[in-house]
Amino acid sequence: MLVEIRNLAKSYARGGQAVPVLSDITLDIESGDFIALMGPSGSGKTTLLNLIAGIDKPDAGSLRVAGVDIAALSEAELADWRAAHVGFIFQFYNLMPVLTAYENVELPLMLAPLSRAERRARVELVLSVVGLTDRMKHYPNELSGGQQQRVAIARAVVADPTIIVADEPTGDLDRVSAADILAMMQRLNRELGKTIIMVTHDANAAKAARSLVHLEKGELLVSP
Amino acid sequence: MFLLKLVVRNAFRHRLRTLLTVTGLAIAVLAFGLLRTVVDAWYAGAAAASSARLITRNAISLAFFLPASYESRIRAVEGVTRVARSTWFGGIYQEPKNFFPQFAVSPAYLDLYPEFIIPAEERAAWARDRKGALVGRQLAEQFGFKVGDVLPIKGSIYPGTWEFVVRGIFDGADSGTLTRHMLFHWDYLNETLRKKSPRRADFVGVFVVGIDQPDNAAAVSQRVDEVFRNSLAETLTETEQAFQLGFVAMSDQIIAAIRVVAYVVIVIILAVMANTMAMSARERTSEYATLKALGFGPGFLAALIFGESAALAAVGAAIGIAAGAPVAAFFKQAVGIFPIFEISSDTIALQVACAAVVALAAAVVPAVQAARVRIVEGLRSIA
Repeated sequence: MLVEIRNLAKSYARGGQAVPVLSDITLDIESGDFIALMGPSGSGKTTLLNLIAGIDKPDAGSLRVAGVDIAALSEAELADWRAAHVGFIFQFYNLMPVLTAYENVELPLMLAPLSRAERRARVELVLSVVGLTDRMKHYPNELSGGQQQRVAIARAVVADPTIIVADEPTGDLDRVSAADILAMMQRLNRELGKTIIMVTHDANAAKAARSLVHLEKGELLVSP
Repeated sequence: MFLLKLVVRNAFRHRLRTLLTVTGLAIAVLAFGLLRTVVDAWYAGAAAASSARLITRNAISLAFFLPASYESRIRAVEGVTRVARSTWFGGIYQEPKNFFPQFAVSPAYLDLYPEFIIPAEERAAWARDRKGALVGRQLAEQFGFKVGDVLPIKGSIYPGTWEFVVRGIFDGADSGTLTRHMLFHWDYLNETLRKKSPRRADFVGVFVVGIDQPDNAAAVSQRVDEVFRNSLAETLTETEQAFQLGFVAMSDQIIAAIRVVAYVVIVIILAVMANTMAMSARERTSEYATLKALGFGPGFLAALIFGESAALAAVGAAIGIAAGAPVAAFFKQAVGIFPIFEISSDTIALQVACAAVVALAAAVVPAVQAARVRIVEGLRSIA
């Protein structure tokens, strides 16, 4: 099992009071899966995704990814772990506006012990996979939303991560671009065997996933 | 290399903001340098004063004169080689804004000031003409004076309009020698006073005293003052440098104020720079959160912000320092009261240090905030 979640709980402090966001979540995700986390706003799906991605820490329970108890890692260890194991796709792409498409994709590789030539080979490969070879010198503001998200997908996979987390990856896109992005994610999952965990509240987007997990009021309703 | 690329691109991301900040920094660094140079220039006259010359004046105050008869008694003091008379005239050429210093001096004065270079024939012509005057090169250039010109000077201390004929123009031995003044015969002043105001005649403002050994300055000064102890006009003799520093000391509070203002300028630009950095960092919260999510550590983010601040400060300081020399030259020409007005290497070092302090101090808070940004909250700042 790639991701093992046991009795996970998370709450946030609001106005001096602890507001529970996730309660007693137990979930397993297999390697090579493409899972969609669904639920209404405030159901805790993004919080669960953040915990799995190691950008937030649980209050209780255990969370193991590829055998590593990431809840027990320090901030510095978590940063290294994320760099090696997690690829991120955000709703608003989160590209660096001062870097070209090529440089944005190269970003995660700057933390890996690779030569310039090795980095170049990998970046050019993934940019060709997402169909942006001819746009690699363009800055984000010179690209459409769909193209920016494709750059973000290339950045997410370039370091060959263990899992890819996607938070509403089609939330800011028109229907055609959204379908294009979902198809690309399916390709990553089916052809390259990438494990993808995607948060969405769009039922159409969720259809692209192999399995669905529903959350409501911080609790798991359906587990695959 | 990657960090440097990000720093440079971030620094010039908002061109107008960067342009305004860099311009402000350049002006602040330049203003700091000029203000420091004004203070240096204030002391430059004293620094350039000869240690082989003494000034003997009335012990009570410069406002009180000494009898001209003291000259021979000073000359008789052991260690004294020459004595010259010098009296401040304080006249006005055409109108008050044309002020320049005039001194009534005895011929020995020129022997005591070898830094004033004057052709022998012009000096001889001056000696022959009781109304003759010598003007410095800077003064001659400022007003277009030529040999043979007649200068009507209206006396403010000595009433009436006095006419002088330019008989020579003297140059400074080096760029630090002030030549923006006029010398004329003390005898001319004295003879006129004898006729018009006899009670004011036969007095001298100060005696310039040449000594054999600069090391003997203290002893000779003491001996001169000893000669006139318990007389009606006791003397105070000091080195020319100490005499000049006495004038500077009169302006102590102004100099202190200039020094404070120089640093206030730096503090103001620090606030401007800190605001720029804070705005930039606040706008980029989601980018910092993204970088952290990708695995970049807090140190990298802090380095990004410190680097950007340093880049802006470096460009601003470079422009400010580079502009220093031409602006100082223009200032010297326009003001015309400082013999030396050059930005010193010490001042340049201070300008660099101030820019470095501004760069560091302006980046501290944004860097700490960026390093501490929580990824989840940072990502939410645009989502």
